[in-house]
Amino acid sequence: MEDGKMVEPQKVDAPVRPDIDLAKLPNATIGDIYVENPRMTARHVRVNYGDKTAIEDVSLDIGGSEVISFIGPSGCGKSTFLRCLNRMNDTIKTCKVSGDIRLNGGDIYAPDVDVVPLRARVGMVFQKPNPFPKSIFDNVAYGPKIHGLADNTGHLKQIVQEALERAGLWSEVHNRLDDPGTGLSGGQQQRLCIARAIAVSPEIILMDEPCSALDPIATARIEQLIHELSSEYSIVIVTHSLQQAARVSKRTAYFHLGRLVEVGLTDKLFMKPQHEMTNNYITGRFG
Amino acid sequence: MSDLHIVSQFQRELDAIKAKIIKMGGLVEASIVGASASLYNRDAELAEQVRAADAAIDVLEQQINDEAARVIALRSPNAEDLRLLLTVIKVSGNLERIADYSKNIAKRTRVLLELRSIEGSPAALRRMAREVELMLGDALNAYVQQDQALALAVIERDEAVDQIYNTLFREFLTFMMEDPRNITACMHLHFIAKNIERMGDHVTSIAEQVVFYASGEKPTDERTKADITSSDATLSGMNPTRSIGAE
Amino acid sequence: MIDTPKGLVSPTTATERVAASMAKRKKSERNFQLLGRSAIAVALAFLVVLFFSIFSKGLPGFFQYYVEIEVEIDREKLDPTGDLSLQSLYDGDARGVIRSALYAAVDAEGRKNKRAAGKLISAGAEQRLRELVYDDPSLMDTTQTLRFALDDDVDSFLRGFIKRETPEKDRRISDKMVEYIDRLQSDGKIVYAFSDYLIFGSASRNPEMAGIYGAFIGSILTLSVCLVLAFPIGVATAIYLEEIAPKNRITEIIEININNLAAVPSVVFGILGLAVFIGIFGMPRSIPLIGGVVLALMTLPTIIISSRAAIRAVPPSVREAALGVGASQVQTIFHHVIPLAMPGMLTGTIIGMAQALGETAPLLMIGMVAFIVDVPGGVTDPGTVLPVQIFMWADFAERMFVQKTSAAIIVLLAFLITMNAVAIIGRKKLERRW
Repeated sequence: MEDGKMVEPQKVDAPVRPDIDLAKLPNATIGDIYVENPRMTARHVRVNYGDKTAIEDVSLDIGGSEVISFIGPSGCGKSTFLRCLNRMNDTIKTCKVSGDIRLNGGDIYAPDVDVVPLRARVGMVFQKPNPFPKSIFDNVAYGPKIHGLADNTGHLKQIVQEALERAGLWSEVHNRLDDPGTGLSGGQQQRLCIARAIAVSPEIILMDEPCSALDPIATARIEQLIHELSSEYSIVIVTHSLQQAARVSKRTAYFHLGRLVEVGLTDKLFMKPQHEMTNNYITGRFG
Repeated sequence: MSDLHIVSQFQRELDAIKAKIIKMGGLVEASIVGASASLYNRDAELAEQVRAADAAIDVLEQQINDEAARVIALRSPNAEDLRLLLTVIKVSGNLERIADYSKNIAKRTRVLLELRSIEGSPAALRRMAREVELMLGDALNAYVQQDQALALAVIERDEAVDQIYNTLFREFLTFMMEDPRNITACMHLHFIAKNIERMGDHVTSIAEQVVFYASGEKPTDERTKADITSSDATLSGMNPTRSIGAE
Repeated sequence: MIDTPKGLVSPTTATERVAASMAKRKKSERNFQLLGRSAIAVALAFLVVLFFSIFSKGLPGFFQYYVEIEVEIDREKLDPTGDLSLQSLYDGDARGVIRSALYAAVDAEGRKNKRAAGKLISAGAEQRLRELVYDDPSLMDTTQTLRFALDDDVDSFLRGFIKRETPEKDRRISDKMVEYIDRLQSDGKIVYAFSDYLIFGSASRNPEMAGIYGAFIGSILTLSVCLVLAFPIGVATAIYLEEIAPKNRITEIIEININNLAAVPSVVFGILGLAVFIGIFGMPRSIPLIGGVVLALMTLPTIIISSRAAIRAVPPSVREAALGVGASQVQTIFHHVIPLAMPGMLTGTIIGMAQALGETAPLLMIGMVAFIVDVPGGVTDPGTVLPVQIFMWADFAERMFVQKTSAAIIVLLAFLITMNAVAIIGRKKLERRW
């Protein structure tokens, strides 16, 4: 664990184009771990729940304006790793995170870091839509209010409107902003949650299986939304659906039993994965 | 970890398609052998059999295409499964064209039997067909074993086939110039040679697909096209600026 | 030889066997329902009997007998100094004025008869007259028909508890009094009306004057103190234990102790109050402040336990959503968790308050059983509470107290029901769906 100083991240010796022998090695991550000008960097991250190791030595870059998806079987640690990025794992008492995770160069686990502004810069959307039991307006306005982002009431209204517009929900709710957020359909609720995350102007949006509770049409809308949002935000999406990862993401990272096995451009990975385990997972040869 | 798909129905569907390709490959090989033999042995009955057998090959190609499309629609295959299906669709097309050429050879053989025979050419043609047949066999083996090296070797051998064709082309020209009564027979023989050369190209295409299937990348080297007849005017042996007979 | 099947049975066999088992299962189902229904019926029966006995005894307690007589409101007698001051009124002879009116009504002659006549009327009648004249001086020197309460023995006679047939030496009222009563009744001067004494009167040795007003105010004051102390402390404790405290041994010990406190007999809290507040701090006995503190101690565990359950019932998705947007822990608790947990917390508080309203033992221990005539004006004035008042009245011998006791019980029940209703309405307003 680094102290709060800015240190040049150590480059991990991961081969980029391995030949067959290295591919059998389970310990090295294969593929494009690094990007130019990353927004977030993770180096040698390790996560333990008590005695159990959930994440073992994962290093990865998250670039600006990209969509990267995390895939892998249940229990592989993709959600755990996602939650490290905005320190949501802090809420779990037995969870210990070690390693170096930086947002724009600043260590987010430094002792003097306040998680509250961190979570405004790194937003999160959850698996089951969870709007606050308040009105639609209040749902979106809550974040800007507590962070003091609006200059006045008029500005707050504008923030809410723009967030809802970007989330593709404005046209459906603009005339009923006082209705309870929980009265919307599932897909609308999820878009409301996305608007809520956008309203605090994050740099990165983390999505933990955002469409798993939605029907195909609502899913398609969210995927379209992800595409539109990717020009401005970095989006990290954990998904169980290989097809969804294939559709929405530019890079895909495959996790297995706490290790990052392979990460690469989605079109290459889905046509010819480099690691045998990745191949077996995405062709359905083993879970 | 296992090599089998968790969903066994999916595994069976893929295996069935693979088996069909192998079967189709076998039929096409037999067709080449039969056409070549019927030409060399002047066997009209064999030629007729070869011609009739083409129908089954066409049916197989249709079946393979339909099943591959179905699996793609229903199973959303990824990585090697997707590459497999793309490969079988192309390969079945290639095999069907090869078989068509073979049928064409058989048909022309029937006609040739009524014309005067040209010495020398049938042997060369038989050699050419034999080479193509061996190439096809190796390409199919490479497909089954996902052997990139073997597939690349097959691609290289097409050059030899092309060389034989070039030689035959010159020969036929010579025969036709010597004796105009040979022209009809030579034209047919030339078409047969051309067909066999085209078959070689298709086998090469199959081998390229096999490389893609095994490695995920098409071979980048330019296929050495040794057939220069379409591009080299000097092949006729005559300088076009010189007039005929003015030697 | 029967072929016993191994493992899963075939669907047809299963269908047959399930159908065969249905008869027995339906029978046990029916029996269970019957049992449940009988239990409910028995409980309802008890409830009905309880309410019936309370109401049949209590409703008459809301009424008492009055006499209406013409009174010459003689200024000189009532207000000797003529300035209508309280001192003057007390110096005056209100009793005499009333007695004159009474004698006139029954034609009482002779000292013995006049004494008999005088015993007819309640001792509180003179105070009534003084109050009347004080409030409305224009009545002076007029003749008005005024209504006064009859003495409790007369009231009991009129209700039939003191029987005419009993020999005079065993009866509480003399034959002459009976004669006068009959006379007044035939003149239509005796009225059976709603007892204003019950509601507005305070503790008194005279049953006809006794009322619950003082105890009622005392209860309100005590409960207010209890609520003001117990609700914030209880809720804050619950929030701390659920959200903030680290899950270690110390917290566990605290939790166990709170749960145990809920089972402690309430009289122990009274002893605690006696020893600590009155013994060590030397605070006065019998004041609603101490009573409220003691009740608050008693109610705290209930509020804490139910509030914790309400907080735990808030789904973690709401917390995660708030944290995900960047709310601090305090903001998450106060903006999201508490509003959602509020209905449950209020329920626990209502239960606690309803328990506290009916508590007698701890308040007896701290001395709220004193005989207090004045209505408490504030939390530091001595007072008593409704249940204690009922308890005290139940001790007295007079017949009228029996009815007033039941009437007071009805008032207590009405108080409880109103409290619950108000709280339920309040809770419904605050309830949100998530």
